[in-house]
Amino acid sequence: MPLLPNGKYFRECEMNRGMIRVLVAKPGLDGHDRGAKVIARALRDAGMEVIYTGLRQTPEMIAAAALQEDVDAVGVSILSGAHNTLCPRIVSLLREQGMNDCLVVLGGIVPQEDIPKLKEQGVAEIFLPGTSTQEIVRFLRENVRPRE
Amino acid sequence: MNAKMLEIKEASFEKHGEQASEKKALKASSERLTERKLSFQTVSLEEVNRLYTQADVARLDVDLDLSFPGQFPYTRGIHATGYRGKLWTMRQFAGFGTPEQTNARFKYLLREGQTGLSVAYDLPALMGYDADSPLSEGEVGKCGVAVSSLADMEALFEGIPLEDVTVSQTINAPASVFLAMYLIVAEKQGADWKKISGTLQNDILKEYIAQKEWIYPIRSAMKLVVDTFEFCTKHVPRYNPVSVSGYHIREAGATALQELAFTLRDGIEYVEWGVRAGLDIERFVPRISFFFNAHNDFFEEIAKYRAARRIWARVMRDHFGAKNERTMQLRFHTQTAGVSLTVQQPINNIVRVAIQALAGVLGGTQSLHTDAYDEALALPTDKAALIALRTQQIIAEETGVANTVDPLGGSYFIEALTQKMEDGARAYFDRIDAMGGMVEAVEKGFPQREIQESAYQYQKALERGDQTIVGVNKYAMEDQPQEVPILIIDESVRSHQIERLEQTKARRDSGAVLKALDGLRKVAERGKNTMPMTMEAVRAYATLGEICSALRDVYGVYEEPAI
Repeated sequence: MPLLPNGKYFRECEMNRGMIRVLVAKPGLDGHDRGAKVIARALRDAGMEVIYTGLRQTPEMIAAAALQEDVDAVGVSILSGAHNTLCPRIVSLLREQGMNDCLVVLGGIVPQEDIPKLKEQGVAEIFLPGTSTQEIVRFLRENVRPRE
Repeated sequence: MNAKMLEIKEASFEKHGEQASEKKALKASSERLTERKLSFQTVSLEEVNRLYTQADVARLDVDLDLSFPGQFPYTRGIHATGYRGKLWTMRQFAGFGTPEQTNARFKYLLREGQTGLSVAYDLPALMGYDADSPLSEGEVGKCGVAVSSLADMEALFEGIPLEDVTVSQTINAPASVFLAMYLIVAEKQGADWKKISGTLQNDILKEYIAQKEWIYPIRSAMKLVVDTFEFCTKHVPRYNPVSVSGYHIREAGATALQELAFTLRDGIEYVEWGVRAGLDIERFVPRISFFFNAHNDFFEEIAKYRAARRIWARVMRDHFGAKNERTMQLRFHTQTAGVSLTVQQPINNIVRVAIQALAGVLGGTQSLHTDAYDEALALPTDKAALIALRTQQIIAEETGVANTVDPLGGSYFIEALTQKMEDGARAYFDRIDAMGGMVEAVEKGFPQREIQESAYQYQKALERGDQTIVGVNKYAMEDQPQEVPILIIDESVRSHQIERLEQTKARRDSGAVLKALDGLRKVAERGKNTMPMTMEAVRAYATLGEICSALRDVYGVYEEPAI
């Protein structure tokens, strides 16, 4: 593929392998969905296809939706401190159903000391408060596995 | 300044009706008056002028719109003496882990000079689930204190005399159950209900709009709120059964104006529902309190509080025909903006909180919560909570701002902003009324969409650099370690809570529990007031989860429309 000026290169890339599909998920009992919704819209504006689960989804429901929608990435939003319980479960359910390349990223209020363990458990990246939406877009573009 | 900029400025002078002399002065010195940006906006992305003059308050009628503190329309405050009579109540929101842990925090705060309590419950409690529900896993005691039954509530207030200390409870969908638990604990302490004061948040409308901790469908939930109004008016006359909350609306991304407009319109909706249920406005409206956010844009916030009082007074008098001045006086609690706190360079948050709190005080708040600097990271540690309280004490007792009532009253800028807030809120009222009311507007997703849009526009402004957050999109530091210790709630809280739940269930008379829950279902089905049967169920140690599930049987659950 010819190397084109900046933005165009990405677009061509994406056109070749289809749009990046992302499931934005809100597990747990917390209802604070400002972040999830802002991210969903920013990813859409960046040309991705975004499915938002709505509130209070169990890890099982999230994994099922990811499979059904055949997404490249799951973006999980947790502000309540329940990430250590919920995230590893989402990752392992995705892997159990064979979604080995599906990227799981987490955004929310996560103490520094929890980050290494979450990454060990398969969370690709943790975005803390203050992260720009552009940073998340860039991360997904660079890390989603191109489809065959 | 280039020609184009000057042109824009001139156009804006015309628009804002600047005085000719002002315009001339600027022209003469345009070289020196180059401005940093083309447009100056508040944190709500509202344009503000370079200067405000008499021309900006041409519509202001000093007698009708301002009057005096303690006089209609209360723009300048509800008390003639302001804070010279009584300072605002310093009421720090607290709750984490087990009831015992939170009880210790309460006693610590009271010892350090706090003057009222405010309880934060955990997510299972907010959603009406017990600690042992599978849905509660990972959430017990995390965002607030864990409470599943009267036994937990007894532990929470052990040694705290509820007749003397006013307590605010942040609980909404299951609020009637918590009111019952609270009153029974008070009764067991020997307190007289007639003397109990305090506040139940119980603002279900803003749950559907912003915070989204709902259980039942909206109209059934509104009925439960009206039940508490009726019950409190009769039995607990000094208690505030609702705190109409803009706080969460703002945190969800609303502008200051949207916070003001949606909150007041929610308040009007509660009054309408109360009137329809046959309640006397002069008896129940004086017990409706409000709760606003204090965000970063100092003057915009002050104008918001002043406008809130004026609008409420006018709506109560002119629309509802109130005669009693207490019915027209808007009383409110303020909390500094959690959403404005940063994880990056967290100590800076102390400064943000101090300035936001000052806005609340200059706006005449009745009570105040100052956020702790570590709240973007976790629930506050003892040390962080203490600095937050000390911030209020410094404002109250060192700065002198509490010596004079409404010190900014009459400022061209403040009065022009206050007027703009009032006009903007009324325009929102018209749109909501045209939809049939707030319940209908919420069902249509109107306020939800407005807030989402504002949240997104703000995020974009931030990423363009039009809005600044120090330490985040400007003056950021690479590789900064987390500088502060944080409070960790471990998973043992859940097992501790489950243990007490099991003991409670083993000790209670299960026949009485079943009978009370059955009775509750029946009154709910018949549309009768649910409070007396809720009290009976609580007294029999029926759990929160059991009571809410009995009501779910009758009312069903809310499903959010796609927005």
